[in-house]
Amino acid sequence: MYVIINGHVIDPANNVNRKCVIAVEKGKIAFVGNRRNLPVEFKKADVMDASGCYVAPGFIDLHVHLREPGLEYKETIVTGARAAAAGGFTTIVCMPNTEPVNDGGEVTNFIRKKAQREASINVLCAGAISKNLEGKELARIGEMKEAGIVAITDDGHCVMNAGLMRRAMEYANGFDLPLFIHAQDYDLCMSGVMNEGENSVRFGLPGIPAAAEDVIVARDIELAALTGARVHFCHASTARQARMIKDAQRRGLKITGEVTPHHLALTDEACSTYDADFKMYPPLRTSNDRKALRKALAEGVLCAIATDHAPHAENEKKCEFEIAANGVVGLETALNVALSLVERKTLSLSQMVYAFTEGPAKVIGSAAGALSAGSDADITIFSTSEKTVIDTAKFHSKGKNSPFKGMEFKGKVKKTIFHGKTIYED
Amino acid sequence: MARRKKKAFPHKAILGIEALSVDDVRYIIDTARNLRSVFKRRRIKKTPALQGRTVLNLFLEPSTRTRVSFELAEKRLSADIINIAAASSAIVKGESIFDTGRTLLAMSPDLIVIRHKMGGSPHFLHKHLEIPVINAGDGINQHPTQALLDLLSILDRIDTVEGKTITIVGDIKHSRVARSNVLLLKKMGAKVRLCGPPTLLQPEYATLGGEIFYDLKQAVEGAHVVMMLRVQLERMKMGYFPTTNEYRRLYCFTAKHLKLARKNALVMHPGPMNRWVEIEPEVADSENSLILDQVANGISIRMALLYLLLGEKG
Repeated sequence: MYVIINGHVIDPANNVNRKCVIAVEKGKIAFVGNRRNLPVEFKKADVMDASGCYVAPGFIDLHVHLREPGLEYKETIVTGARAAAAGGFTTIVCMPNTEPVNDGGEVTNFIRKKAQREASINVLCAGAISKNLEGKELARIGEMKEAGIVAITDDGHCVMNAGLMRRAMEYANGFDLPLFIHAQDYDLCMSGVMNEGENSVRFGLPGIPAAAEDVIVARDIELAALTGARVHFCHASTARQARMIKDAQRRGLKITGEVTPHHLALTDEACSTYDADFKMYPPLRTSNDRKALRKALAEGVLCAIATDHAPHAENEKKCEFEIAANGVVGLETALNVALSLVERKTLSLSQMVYAFTEGPAKVIGSAAGALSAGSDADITIFSTSEKTVIDTAKFHSKGKNSPFKGMEFKGKVKKTIFHGKTIYED
Repeated sequence: MARRKKKAFPHKAILGIEALSVDDVRYIIDTARNLRSVFKRRRIKKTPALQGRTVLNLFLEPSTRTRVSFELAEKRLSADIINIAAASSAIVKGESIFDTGRTLLAMSPDLIVIRHKMGGSPHFLHKHLEIPVINAGDGINQHPTQALLDLLSILDRIDTVEGKTITIVGDIKHSRVARSNVLLLKKMGAKVRLCGPPTLLQPEYATLGGEIFYDLKQAVEGAHVVMMLRVQLERMKMGYFPTTNEYRRLYCFTAKHLKLARKNALVMHPGPMNRWVEIEPEVADSENSLILDQVANGISIRMALLYLLLGEKG
């Protein structure tokens, strides 16, 4: 039993954005409100002083690659969960592109059980749409649903067959599961490794046009209209996509979208050094795209900041740009990058917290992401003023492939609390 | 040459054209000409300028002309040479260029000449190994020594490229030769036209500094120089154009086109040529053709760069 005092609480789900206290008992939130209204039994409880800090629901990351089973040299459930805790995340959704692929109940069970045993946070699973992510036949979605998946996705791969995608949407409706869409038309991407445009011409690297992503987004919006499915677009990177999602939402379709910190912060200009820590799919796009993504996030068209945390071994990145692995780590830098948007007034602090809590919670229909009385006490306490220089050597993640390495930011995660227990402290 | 007072050359690597100033380019061209005239006078084609220095030729993509040209340039300057070619390299066995580079560094080379099928690889190598590097062609990015030898070949015939119209024709999208040439020719004040099928020349290529044409006749009209690029038949299979015959009809540079260009217009090709695909043999072998000059000048330019990067100071 303890009370968090002196913090500025931001809980968009409950419309709280002011100084107040939070009482925690038996891993649950017991009370949120003014100190003078604190129930009498907490008057003598221990206090946790959050002076100068903001207190928010534990962050949720809809898009994380944990690499276990099979690719433990890149990351494990435990190291990934530690990185998450250090980044202020108490709930993460891990993608199915492990080895073996999470396309059936046994892998889902393996991850869920191992996470419950060894990880200090809530590790949720997204199951595959298709067997072995091959885009040919449906994965055992019902079996995975029983094992606890919260979404289906072929993330890292795109279901190119529109007919199969239609079936997947219809089938997922039976379980009320959202589909996380990794939009990538392979015939348009070809051997591209960065955004196609003036900068790919300048740097002499094969390009990936924005249209490679947009045509799949357009297709899947129409399939969502056809099937009524809940469709969530992963790592939106184009201005056009943001526009299409907004229009689809106006049509009343159940469409949501997420954006990564790196697409919010960087542009394809970063590829000038041929440093593969700036290589990912979708690629960094233009400043025009970045502007549209920031706007869409502020408007709530994109409701979540998701990291697409993709740890890789050093040798998979320290090589020729064109053969380097796709993806960057993000769990331990997400808050810093997001706060930089708050500082430049792209987002309000409460919009930022929304994108880390209520926004993503809605996508997967989770009760997390709110500081409601009676709910699990998952809490993130952070400063917006303390300086942080990104030092990848200090990452809890095995992956050091951060595009933000060496950069200086304001803000820091001070404490991460999961079910009432402090699991990370600065 | 080696005895002449040497001006400082402010570069540690030749990775692309952007980093070179107009003065640097003039200095490279002058040095190449000086070396060329020294060797012209000599019966024994060798000078000790790079004696005791080791140059590593790392050719991770098949190459005949460029490799031989570099090797000859190195031999004429008396450098010790290590040759590593694609087939014999560990890269084929899945080793990254970082590990290959580190291994090779243990052999203490003084400079690495690298040809690689991926853009930015020379930059990567230079950054991580911190030794002089010459880019001998990287993916679809750049081929700076080719652009410099092309410029030397042009300047042997006309005194300046400033204000002159130079048309580059072919697969611009996949051509490192075109990219380095546009950047260099623009830098030196030329007006550059780019021409090719729209699938191989998207509008954004204008940002390199060239005016875009899809009609060969218009592109070569009044041009002082026409540079044809090799079209790879592999591109046809990938659907960039329908047939070789159609490419020939639309983009083969013929005597008829030559008449549309400026009188005495110069014709260039970096080789190897597809006769009767991108160029009519009669034109390739005509007096207007610089094609063999290009080959000979390649050795001079490469000697100049090796000398400037490695030769004794002052």
